Amino acid sequence: MDKNEIKAYIAKRVSLELHDGDVVNLGIGLPTMVANYIPTDMTIHLQSENGLIGLGQAPGENEVDPDITNAGGQPVTIVEGGVYFDSSTSFGIIRGGHVDVTVLGALQVDAKGSLASWIIPGKMVPGMGGAMDLVVGSKKVIIAMTHTNKGKPKIFEDCSLPLTAKSQVDMIITEMAVMVVKEDGLYLTEINKEFSLEEVINATAAKLNTSLLKEAK
Amino acid sequence: MDKVISIDNFKEHLKDGLSIMVGGFMAVGTPEQLIDAIVESNVKNLTIICNDAGFIDKGVGKLIANNQVKKLIASHIGLNPKAGELMGSGELEIELVPQGTQIERIRCGGNGLGGFYTPTGIGTMVEEGKEIKTLNGIDYLLELPLHADFALLYGSTVDKHGNTMYTKTLRNFNPVMATAADKVFVQAREYVNEIDPDIIHTPHIFIDHIIKEVK
Repeated sequence: MDKNEIKAYIAKRVSLELHDGDVVNLGIGLPTMVANYIPTDMTIHLQSENGLIGLGQAPGENEVDPDITNAGGQPVTIVEGGVYFDSSTSFGIIRGGHVDVTVLGALQVDAKGSLASWIIPGKMVPGMGGAMDLVVGSKKVIIAMTHTNKGKPKIFEDCSLPLTAKSQVDMIITEMAVMVVKEDGLYLTEINKEFSLEEVINATAAKLNTSLLKEAK
Repeated sequence: MDKVISIDNFKEHLKDGLSIMVGGFMAVGTPEQLIDAIVESNVKNLTIICNDAGFIDKGVGKLIANNQVKKLIASHIGLNPKAGELMGSGELEIELVPQGTQIERIRCGGNGLGGFYTPTGIGTMVEEGKEIKTLNGIDYLLELPLHADFALLYGSTVDKHGNTMYTKTLRNFNPVMATAADKVFVQAREYVNEIDPDIIHTPHIFIDHIIKEVK
């Protein structure tokens, strides 16, 4: 799989976790692509933390309204029935448990469901934005990311980078596998047919329990 | 009382060392003409409270690039490389705050509240030095209010009384910041006699001065 195929595979697999009527927040980058795979007969309310529910398709070149943007500052559209609100309401929705699923990327995730995504000390400090609130407040947290970074694992027993949140991740979806976080560690539930169990284990720096392993969806 | 002032009159209010809240999210909903006036005034040692660091040529990023900011309180600085550079060299102090915590701190500042307990940041660097309280079995951090000398807002429609609306996603931090500063200035994209009282976002009592946007 090339880079784009990997992203598409992950985004498509994440879309299978969504249910009709869910309020969903998709992070910037790969998670945004999940919107492309939502079945047309399903209503998903996409929330954008800068202040809207009902995020629509990217506007065509002549349809850009600079007053409608997403949390990355990019121009977007709003669907019929959509609604705008201020940042206080937006984070009331997020912290208050009114978001069903949040999908975001990470630099590291660990077997306890902790994630690191906002700082590499001495190197890169983008800041946490709304991520800390989103992972703490959402009912289900899905990490959508490539399994490794230039061949090096991103899934560990314990994150070494400063955390975005402790024990909030429910599921990790990569181009190689699907993993679920439980109280006693990480469970490998699906493997992409293009990879072997051994390849997945070798690319993961945390112990994977395989007792729940089944055919990939 | 006529609340409309000129951009030159706005500049007369500026001085070194002010704390200023600036509405907007990635510079969407930011009063750019007020920011430009601050750049022209060249006042220094400002504390800026804004969702993010904007861009080098957009939003509060222009103040950072012009070395006018001593401290920035924001949730995200990733789109303005100058902010990271000045933070690295020690010329700019940056307090990174989770976005939901930042807006709620501002809300507390404007609503007479002494602080609030939030689960956001527990188990991370954000909890350092803060009180942790366990309520009903859940750990919360105590976060304190934010208040500023000035708030600078961007209204898409402002009436002569100061009643303000922010269209679409321009709203973001603007209406909350309107409540949390000693003096509140709004840049008015459109200035009208009256807005339907049912659809106003910020009641006029919060707005001190209106600066009409120069088209």
